[in-house]
Amino acid sequence: MPVTTIAGHDVHVDDEGFLTSYEEWDEGLAKALAEQIGIDLGEEHLEVLRFLREDFTQKGETATLRRVSTVAGVPTKRLFELFPKKPAKKMAYVAGLPKPRGCV
Amino acid sequence: MTTDTAPILPTFDDTTTDRKLAIICSKGTLDMAYPGLILANAALGEGVETHIFFTFWGFDLVNKKTMHDLKFTMLGNTATHMPQGLGGLPGMTAMATSRLKKSIAEVGVPEVPELLEQIVDSGGHLWACRMSAEMNHLTMDDLTDGVEAIISAGDFIEKTEGAQVIFV
Repeated sequence: MPVTTIAGHDVHVDDEGFLTSYEEWDEGLAKALAEQIGIDLGEEHLEVLRFLREDFTQKGETATLRRVSTVAGVPTKRLFELFPKKPAKKMAYVAGLPKPRGCV
Repeated sequence: MTTDTAPILPTFDDTTTDRKLAIICSKGTLDMAYPGLILANAALGEGVETHIFFTFWGFDLVNKKTMHDLKFTMLGNTATHMPQGLGGLPGMTAMATSRLKKSIAEVGVPEVPELLEQIVDSGGHLWACRMSAEMNHLTMDDLTDGVEAIISAGDFIEKTEGAQVIFV
């Protein structure tokens, strides 16, 4: 696994750049990851990320958009505003998790 | 182990995405409702502008009277690998429908009306076919809220200029 440096943090990533070690993430790093993809991270983003992180420990995979909207209660429309264009992948990236594999 | 100076980042290609998708839903059975809608939902999640045209039997997916009650039949569908005669027995369509609904729910995929809502919330565009509406004497009042308008085939072709097309 390659190691890359993001805002002074050395992290393990896959070939695409998604973090591969769950424990290398913290909210400070999330801010730096978000910046890399043009997102100014706020409290509303962080709440989504905390849900994704927690859900990942239980399910062993990254929640899909639908799961975030139905289980965490963040409307789909809002997710598209918080993480524009490709919300599922962007959320996963900033949360330091793999891309979601579910279809819906 | 390698350390790069430029960080390794996923390319989300925000600025280069000008892909456009036109999906034509022409079938009204439960099993044939899903392929188009799942693809639409996936495309929207990838930032692709997506338009769906509901035509002929596909109209059932957006007709408020029928959209909650789509059915699946074994008849004429050899992919169930059951004797075709069985499919014609009383109650078989209801049973096949409830089993399919159960399998779909098990993989976390919502029912058709809810999936359509998710598509609209994700920025998808739903269009209803004028000819189908006129043939069945239906107006916008009969259609689910997410449908933007009843339009002609020509209008749809115009709206989806340059799009990739999926026909279901």
